[in-house]
Amino acid sequence: MIAISPQSRSAAARLRPADLARLAAVGLRTRKLRAALSALGIAIGVGAIVAVLGLSSSSAAGLNAEIAALGTNLLTVQAGQSFTGATAELPLAAPGMIARLPGVYEVQTTAQTSVNVYRSPVIPSVNTNALTVDASTLNLPAASGTSVAQGEYLNAATANEPDCVLGAAAAQLLGIDKIFPGERVWAGNTWLYVVGILKPDVLSPDVDSSVLVGYPFADKYLGLNGYPTTIYVKAVDSQVNRVYNLLAAQSNPENPSEVDVSQPSSALVAQADAKSAFNTLFLGLGAVALLVGAIGVANIMVISVLERRSEIGLRRALGATRAHIRIQFLSEAILLAVIGGAAGVLAGSLATAIYAHGRGWQTVIPAQAWAGGIAAALVIGAIAGLWPALRAARMSPTQALWTI
Amino acid sequence: MSAGTVTVSAAGLAESASPVLELTEVTKVYPGTPPVHALRDVSVRVQAGELVAILGPSGSGKTTLLHLAGTLDRATSGQVLVTGLDVARLSDRQLAGLRASSVGFVFQQFFLAEHETVLDNVADAMLYAGVSQATRRAIAAEALARVRLGHKLTARPTQLSGGERQRVAIARAVAGSPAIVLADEPTGNLDQHTGAAILDLLEELNRLGTTIVVVTHDQAVAGRMRREVRMLDGRIVSDAASQPAPSAAAAAAAASPVAPHPWDGEPR
Repeated sequence: MIAISPQSRSAAARLRPADLARLAAVGLRTRKLRAALSALGIAIGVGAIVAVLGLSSSSAAGLNAEIAALGTNLLTVQAGQSFTGATAELPLAAPGMIARLPGVYEVQTTAQTSVNVYRSPVIPSVNTNALTVDASTLNLPAASGTSVAQGEYLNAATANEPDCVLGAAAAQLLGIDKIFPGERVWAGNTWLYVVGILKPDVLSPDVDSSVLVGYPFADKYLGLNGYPTTIYVKAVDSQVNRVYNLLAAQSNPENPSEVDVSQPSSALVAQADAKSAFNTLFLGLGAVALLVGAIGVANIMVISVLERRSEIGLRRALGATRAHIRIQFLSEAILLAVIGGAAGVLAGSLATAIYAHGRGWQTVIPAQAWAGGIAAALVIGAIAGLWPALRAARMSPTQALWTI
Repeated sequence: MSAGTVTVSAAGLAESASPVLELTEVTKVYPGTPPVHALRDVSVRVQAGELVAILGPSGSGKTTLLHLAGTLDRATSGQVLVTGLDVARLSDRQLAGLRASSVGFVFQQFFLAEHETVLDNVADAMLYAGVSQATRRAIAAEALARVRLGHKLTARPTQLSGGERQRVAIARAVAGSPAIVLADEPTGNLDQHTGAAILDLLEELNRLGTTIVVVTHDQAVAGRMRREVRMLDGRIVSDAASQPAPSAAAAAAAASPVAPHPWDGEPR
């Protein structure tokens, strides 16, 4: 006959970790539906949090990918304010000066006129839609980060004619989504024929809301004063920082402080990293769901302890200490919550993946989202299970066995 | 078998062995208004190898005595020694260890886990003794063979009859080779025929060396044991070798003959 060794006979009762793991699953295996329902609360909470964090990370990743595709080597130079607060002007020579900087391979400019654009002459002149006519050099789209959606861009010939190209937002505001032969817009005292429409410009929103004409035409008919408003500078990647630092002085050597130099991509990166107010709202909702889930787990554990009195009594009779009973019920609560948490992480990740896929983003689940979700579930399980476990352990074995 | 020789051999064991259970002037008072005196100055010794019945009507304190003997509760005063160890001096943890290694329990309600196999139910007897699952199952299979359930290892308790369930519970109680087995009304939930078979099994395990104490209110059950401790109002009123059962119980016993045992004819 197999006998238990004398060592184990003399020692105080002990429970092996593998056996504890099996015990923790007893309640869940025997009452599957109940366990699933109480884990659901935790799953919803963790799922909401993971999905919110995953979606904001994925959208940031998507925006970053877009920025990377557009390149981070676009720099813009705009007129700033003079010492007295008046709007300064960029020198006429600025584009040529900038083009001489080593590393710069593209310089394009726009110059704002004071002319507004309307769909037709019958539109009241106050309904400007904030659209103005801007003069543009001939290779602007490539520099500013967009391309032509329909038609073609201005060329050396059309730059002299009353021809215009619409930025994406301008086209929308004017109600033009297709170029028909003879399509035109009213620019104060003359018609402008539409020859092209641009795609949305992510890096340079100014271009989006512009109606672009050639410099020669603007000079001749729209009273352009000739000073550039914005200079779009493309530099080779390795020189971007150096060029950035030199641009102000190079554009306006007399008053470098009256020049605003910016890198549009860095503003977008900051925007990508910004957390929206909705994130906070949904995180708050997730936290509330977690709290409700925790109460659900605690409730189930209290009921479970009451129902399983005879099991507790039997285990004490078989040699379980109070600590064994306590750890069994605590482990069960933690296991329940962690299963809920894991399900939540899965559901949240799945939701993120589906949405991100639909938007063409890369799916990004931040480590702190899923690890935090599981960790939160673990802590919640421990807190929710503590009191029921203590109650189970406090129960005297005689009470547990004989009062059914 | 001859009843005479069995008695002699049991008596011989009792003479030579040390007491497994020793209660000296034990009193148990449950606090309340008014306090309940469940046991008053009870002294009883159980030697290794004995088969003892504790007989009394409900409220006589026999279950309280079982609790104290099984270290599930502590005496208000007096001394309780289990395998020579003073229960009052042991911590909760040490008492649990003592229960895990030295005390087996059989309950009227069986208390089997329905979701576990018969084998694992018995193996759980050694769950808190720090024995690996493989060893526990091997010992459990042996114990189940001893109660003639070796062919039902993978069955669930819900698939068993009442008598079979109690045999599983008995296997669980004896699996760890405890110094003493305490049975609380082991036949209380069974019909007379099945109950008699269970008593036969207890007798047989006792013959193989297990010390067994049976708590019962049934004179017929007590009559099957070799020693009978009668209790009334928390006191021991008599402690002697078993009396022949009263006529009604004797008639019942005759109606359900002891041998052949119902499980003797079962295929193994």
